[in-house]
Order: sequence, then structure tokens, then C-alpha cells
Amino acid sequence: MSAVLTIAGYGFREAVRRKVFAVVVLLTAAFLFLFWLANHYVFTRLSTISPPAGVHVDTRTFAGAFLLGLAMFATLFLGVVLAVFLTLGVVTGDAERGLLQPLVVRPIGRSTLLLSRFLGAAAVCIVYVLAVYGIALAIIDLTGHWTPPSKVAPGLELAGGVVIVIALSILGSVVLSSTANGIAVFMLFGAGLTAGLLGTIGHALNSHSIEHASKVAAWALPFEALYQDGLRLISSDASGLTGFLLQLGPFGGAYVHGWGIRIWSVGYLAVALALALFAFSRRDL
Amino acid sequence: MPDALAVHALEKRYGSVEALKGVDLAVEEGELVGLLGPNGAGKSTLVKIAVGLVRATRGHAEVAGARAGSRAARAELGYLAELFRFPGWYTADEVLALHQHLTRSEGGAAERKRLLEIVALADARDRRVDGMSKGMQQRLGIAQALVGSPRVLVLDEPTSALDPAGRRVVRVLLEELRASGASVLLNSHLLSEIELVCDRVAILRAGEVVAAGSPAELSRPRGVELETDEGVHTVEGATREDAARLVAEAVAAGRQVYGVRVLTSTLEDTYLEAVGDEIS
Repeated sequence: MSAVLTIAGYGFREAVRRKVFAVVVLLTAAFLFLFWLANHYVFTRLSTISPPAGVHVDTRTFAGAFLLGLAMFATLFLGVVLAVFLTLGVVTGDAERGLLQPLVVRPIGRSTLLLSRFLGAAAVCIVYVLAVYGIALAIIDLTGHWTPPSKVAPGLELAGGVVIVIALSILGSVVLSSTANGIAVFMLFGAGLTAGLLGTIGHALNSHSIEHASKVAAWALPFEALYQDGLRLISSDASGLTGFLLQLGPFGGAYVHGWGIRIWSVGYLAVALALALFAFSRRDL
Repeated sequence: MPDALAVHALEKRYGSVEALKGVDLAVEEGELVGLLGPNGAGKSTLVKIAVGLVRATRGHAEVAGARAGSRAARAELGYLAELFRFPGWYTADEVLALHQHLTRSEGGAAERKRLLEIVALADARDRRVDGMSKGMQQRLGIAQALVGSPRVLVLDEPTSALDPAGRRVVRVLLEELRASGASVLLNSHLLSEIELVCDRVAILRAGEVVAAGSPAELSRPRGVELETDEGVHTVEGATREDAARLVAEAVAAGRQVYGVRVLTSTLEDTYLEAVGDEIS
């Protein structure tokens, strides 16, 4: 356990010292300021929005859920940027730079080393995602007096999505160079987002084929499904036209959701880590 | 008692390239063995298999009787990689503390202080790695390899980045290690260094051991040189045992003998003979 903490701490120190961490923190600060500004103006002028006669839209819920969905997207994106840059070179990159060899020959072993690096990166990213998500929630609550029906679970699902990306990035780092791994993971992330948008389009067009493709992608890339499930949870009490409009938007709800995808995500994470450990155990350094 | 380090019929193939072709080598307890050979001879591959960084295609390697790469083997090992780096924001003391944690060394601050003194870095205890010269980092690497007083030490080009003073520090350290009974496998290009400190030498060429033995064994007789009133001449093939007879014969023949010298090949001669025309 001591060795795990030592390596996790080593990874944590490395993470917070990297320039990418400072860049992400600055970007986050800029985002949160702009997010506060947007909330301020949206909710200040909310009373001036008048839907057509006979159309009932809960504007506060619509605005709150839409803005929180936007914040969740930004949080996921920044969290993934952080996750990928912290882990893209954990094996091949560090081995090429000569950082890995002195550690690998120590008694702690390869599997403990890799799991510790995973835990170190996961700790940084989970804290980051939950903090940004929590601040976004607080901003909406303070400026718009709106809170989602489910507050904790969407944040945990966002964090879970980022943790899955970390596992994929670590797996990639065993077999790919840092640059190739970074590109590969970002392409997977982009593919997941595209699939999510595809599902929204499929819903709007009432196309079962497109929705089916989106569902397959969600199971294949569950970080996206967790994010979508989080979006579903923040608007789960929106009914009628409000709910329908939220579903149509880019931050609409999920088509794969609930405990099924959560359990699948845990299994997916375990398999990704197991593959990474197996590949690392056979990797020449 | 098992050898400190042993490799048996070790083979390693990288695609179509055979890096090692059935190498046998042993480092006995308390022995300092030098590994020589030109670039691409397979020295680093052999070292990496021995420390568990690379998997053998065939054959096996053991450290203190345990399979190379196993936890038991790693617990007995100190290793300086040919190419290594420590995180730039760590101080020298923190690097050693990290490796103390990983080896579960209980030496504490006293061990770190002692190791930094051994490699002449006592004044750089709180200096960050990115503020150190390459030579200082190399010496810190050697100190790191010594953390926990390992039974077997594997040093891959320990003096490659060092100036003459730094090399001397390492040479003195190696002599102290030999005196203390540590077992060392030393991979180096520096023949003089190997010749001075090693008990035995193995020369690799194209993945095979082409010569092995003590430096004295590898330094073969080349003849006896006599300096007489007729000038200097060499008796090819004569050995140390022939010297007295050759002098007596020259005196009996009425020659004035001014000097006699037994000629032996240097390790460098043996090395160049063994590796042929390969450029290191």
C-alpha cells in the first residue's frame, strides 16, 4: 500500500507541476467567469422571454438545464483534456524519456506501478471534475435560483466518464507513442460526442436507425453514455414541451441510461485496465 | 549458493534481428564482471533482460536464484540504466527518498546522506535535478542504484556522461564495492575502466560471447623483448618462463644484456581481436 501511495503521489506531483495543469486551471477559471456572466444575463432577462400564446414552457427549468448541460459538456471536455495530457505518455513516453526504467526495476512491480499511475491521474481528474461541476451548480443556483432534480449523480457520472478516458489513455500509452496515443484518445472522445449528437438528431428526425447507431456507440464508448445519462438526470423533472425541447438540443438526454450503462461502465473500466496491465507486463522497455 | 546473476542460453529476437544468440554468463557472489562489445553486440539487451525490462525469447536469467523480473529478483537488484532521467522538480534527496520508499529501505536520511557523499553530491542534496549537470545526474543515478544496499548491482555505462574526475569517483566506488563483497555487472565501453576494476570480462559480438576470462587470462603472452649490445629484438611466442633462459643464452653467446621485458597483449588488443573489424 505504501508503494501504491508513493507512486500515486509521484504521479500527482507530476500532474500538478505540468504546464497543462496550469493551462487547464486558467481555462477553467475563464470558463467559469464566462459561465457566471452568461447565467447572470440569461436569468436577469428570463422574465422578458415570452413564449407564444398557448405554449407552456418552463423557461427557468429550460434555461437552467440547458446552461448546466453546457457546463457539463465543458467540464467533460476540460476533464478529458486534463486526463489525456496527464496519461498519454505514462508508459511509452516515460520509457522513451528514461523516467520509467528506474521505477520498473524496483520491487513494486509493473502492475502496481501502472495502477498507481492510474489512481494518481484519476484522483486529480475526479477532484477537478467534481469541483468544476459543483461550482457550475452553485453559479446557476445563485444567479438563477434553479437546481436540478439530481445534483450529485450527474457529477459522479461525469467523473466516471473521465476515469474511463484515463483508463483508455493508459492502455493506449502501453502500445502507442505519446503523440499517437493523444490523437487516438481524442479521436475516440470526438467519436463519442458525435455519436451522442447523432442520437439527438435521430430523435428529432424520429429515425430509429440513427438512434440505434447512437446506442451502439454509447455502449462502445461508455464515457459518452455516462455524460448523456448525467444530462438526462439534470432534466428528468422537465415534462411536456420543456422536456421535449431539452431533448432536441445538443445537451439533450440519453438513449442508453440507468444502472445498466453504469454497471457496464464499471466492467468496461475493469477490462480496459486489465488489458493495460496485461500489455504492460509483456512490454519490452 | 546461487550465482548473484546468471543467464543461460539466452536468446532475444527483435523481429528478424537476433540480438542475443544463446548467451551464458554468470556473476558470482562478490564478483565484478565487465561486459564489453561494440554497439549492437547485445550488451544492453542482456542487461535489460537481467533486470526484467526486456523478456527473453528463449533461455532464462536469474538474480540471486530468482527469475529475472520477478519481485524477488528485483528486491535484490540495484540498476543504473544507460538512458535514464529523474523528474526535474525532484531534489537529489527526494529522488533517493522516492527509491527508498520503493525498495522499502529503512536507511532514512543517514543512508541518503552517505550515498550522496559517496558520489560526491553531498553539497547538492537540495538541488533540483533540472539544475544539475549531466554528470551530476549520472552520479545521482549511481547513488539511486545503491539505495537499499542491493546484493547485485547492474551498471549500464555508468561513466558515459562523466568527466575524468567523475570517472575517478566511479572507479573508486567500484573498487570499494568489490572490497565490500558486492556483486556487479558492469557494461562499459571504457576498456581501461573494465581492466582496472573487473575480476572477469566477457566480450560480446553479434549476440554471442566471443571471449571471457579474467583480464590477466585475456592478456595473452606476445613474446619476450631483449635489449643487448646488438640492439632490441623480440622472441615471438616466448613467455615469462622463457625469459631467464633467453638471457642466459645471450650471455653465453657473448652478448651484453641491458634489459629484458615480457610482452603481453592488452585487453584492448584482445578486444580488437575478438570483435574484428566492427566499429564500436
